[in-house]
Amino acid sequence: MTFLADTWYMTGRAFRAFLRQPMYVAFTLIQPMIWLLLFGQLFKSVTEIPGFGASNYETYLVPSIVVMSGFFGAGWGGMAILDDLTRGVLDRFLISPVSRSSLILGRLVVQVLSIVIQAIIILLFGAAVGASYHHLVLGVLVLMVATNLLATSIGALSYGLALLVRREESIIAASNFILLPLQFMSTGFMALVLMPHWMQDITRYNPVNWTLVAGRGALGASPDWGPIFENLGYLAVLMVICAWVSTRAFRSYQRSM
Amino acid sequence: MTRSTAGERLAIDARELVKTYKGGVQAVRGVSLRIPEGTVFGLLGPNGAGKSTIVRMLTTLSSPTGGGASVAGFDIVRQQRQVRRAIGCVAQNSGVDVQATGRENLLLQGRVYGMRGAELDRRVDELLLRFGLGEVGKRFVKTYSGGMKRKLDVALGLVHAPRVLFLDEPTTGLDPEARSEMWEQIRELAWDQGLTILLTTHYLEEADQLARNLAIVDQGQIVTEGTPDELKAQLQGDAVTLELAGGTDTDTAKSVALEHDLLSDVAVDGLTLRGRSPDGAGAVPALLAALESAEVTVASVTVARPSLDDVYLRYTGRSFTAAEQAAAQATEEKK
Repeated sequence: MTFLADTWYMTGRAFRAFLRQPMYVAFTLIQPMIWLLLFGQLFKSVTEIPGFGASNYETYLVPSIVVMSGFFGAGWGGMAILDDLTRGVLDRFLISPVSRSSLILGRLVVQVLSIVIQAIIILLFGAAVGASYHHLVLGVLVLMVATNLLATSIGALSYGLALLVRREESIIAASNFILLPLQFMSTGFMALVLMPHWMQDITRYNPVNWTLVAGRGALGASPDWGPIFENLGYLAVLMVICAWVSTRAFRSYQRSM
Repeated sequence: MTRSTAGERLAIDARELVKTYKGGVQAVRGVSLRIPEGTVFGLLGPNGAGKSTIVRMLTTLSSPTGGGASVAGFDIVRQQRQVRRAIGCVAQNSGVDVQATGRENLLLQGRVYGMRGAELDRRVDELLLRFGLGEVGKRFVKTYSGGMKRKLDVALGLVHAPRVLFLDEPTTGLDPEARSEMWEQIRELAWDQGLTILLTTHYLEEADQLARNLAIVDQGQIVTEGTPDELKAQLQGDAVTLELAGGTDTDTAKSVALEHDLLSDVAVDGLTLRGRSPDGAGAVPALLAALESAEVTVASVTVARPSLDDVYLRYTGRSFTAAEQAAAQATEEKK
C-alpha cells in the first residue's frame, strides 16, 4: 500500500513542477498546433500524387502530430531526472524508505496526463482545420494507448540514459540523433507506397510506425483490427523491455555510489 | 543494539568498512567506528579522504565491498528498511527541491516516512519556526539564500524525528555568520534532544567546536581518534615559532635551542625556526637570553597552543591545507 501512496505523492510533486513552468506548458500545447499548420501547408499537395491514398492531408497528419508530440516530449524526460540527480534530490529520496519504483512511476503518470491533454487539443484543433475522424471513441482510445506505450518506452530509455551518462548534452544529442530519423522514417508524413524500398523495410521495425499503424488505422473509415492489435502488441513488448532496461540503469546508478 | 566496552549503547558500530569502486579505486580502506548514543562524533579530513563514502555506506545509499556496520541497532545491508526509518541525513550536495516551496519540501519528506494529517502539519510548522524559516515557508526554494537552503536541508533530515542524524559537511559554502548559526543549531540538537550525530567536516575549527569524539580520516583510513583535547595533548606542548633577523646563522640558533633543552622537535625553514615546549610562554625568556648570548637576533616570537591542524600534520605528514590543495588538484585533473 505504501507503494501506491508513494506513487501518488511523487506524481503530485512532478505535476506541480510541470504546472509551475508556464512557458513549458504553453509550448507543449502550442507547438503541436504549429507543426500541424506548418506540415499541413508544406506537404498539402502530396495527396495529389497517385497512390497516396488519403484525400485530406489534415486527416492523415493529425495522428502523426499526436504521436510525434508525445514521444518527442518523452525523449526529454531524462532531463528532469538528471536535475534531481545533480541537485541531490534523488539521493535524498533513496536514503528514505520511499518505494523505489514510485520515483519513476510518478513521472510517467504525469507524462501520460500531459500527452492525453496534448492529444485532445491537437484532435480538436485538427477538426477545426478540416480533419475528420471515424470511430471517435474507440479510435481516439487506441491512438492514446498506442502513443502512451511508445512515449513510456522512450521516457524509460531517457531516464536510463540520464542515470547512466549523467550529462545533459548526451540526452539532447541522443534525442535529436534517434528521434528525428524515427519520425521521418515512418508513415508520419508520407504514405508507405511512395517511400523508397529500403525505407519501407525500415518502417516495419520502427516503433513510431507501429504506433501510427495502430492509431491512424483505428481513426480511419474502415479499420483493419488485425494489424492494429498486432502493432499494439509490439508496442507493449517494447515497453516492457524498455522498463527493464531502465531498472537496470537505476541499479547500476546505485551500485556506482 | 550493540554496546561499547563501557556499557554505553552504540548508535553506530562499524567494523572494517571497505569500499572499492569499479576500476579499483579504494575510497575507504577498513574503517571502524564506535559511536555511543547521544553524542556528536566528528569525521575530520580533507576533501577526497573518503568521509562522504563512509556516510553513503552508513545511510544505505551505497553498499560496502567489505566489512559491515549497524546503525541504530540495524544492519546496513540486511535491514536497510529499518535503518532508513531510524536515520536522517543531510548530504553534502543539498537535496532540496528548488521548484517547490520550503513547506512543500517538508510535507513531502514527512509523507515519504508515513506521516499524515495534523501530526505532519504540526511537525512542519515546528521545524520551520525552529530554523527561522517561518516567514519564507510558502516561498519557492529557488528564492532562498545559501544559508536558508542549508537550514531547510537540516529540517528535512529531522522531519520524522530520527535517532541518528548524519551531517555531511553541513557548513561548507556558508558565510561565517550562517556557519555559527548552524553550529548553534547542531549543539541544540545534540544537547537538548539527545540525538546521535555523525558530522563530517574539513574545517578543523568545526570539529573542535562541536564533536565530543573525533577521528581523523586520510586516504580512506582513520589515522587517529579521540576527544579533541586528547588529540591535542598527544602533541605534548605548545608550538614556538621564531622569526630570525636576516643574515642570522640558523644552524647556530637551532643548536642553541636544542643544547639548552629549551625546545624539542626543532625544524628550520628559511629564517623560521619552529619547535615545541611543554610550557611555551615560560620557555621564551630563557630561549631569548640564550640566543642573545649566542649573538642570534630574533625578529619575532609566537607561542601557540596545539591545534587540530598540528594533529593532522603529525599523523599524515602533511599540513591540512596542503592535503586540501592536493585533493582539489586531483579533482581538476580528473575533469
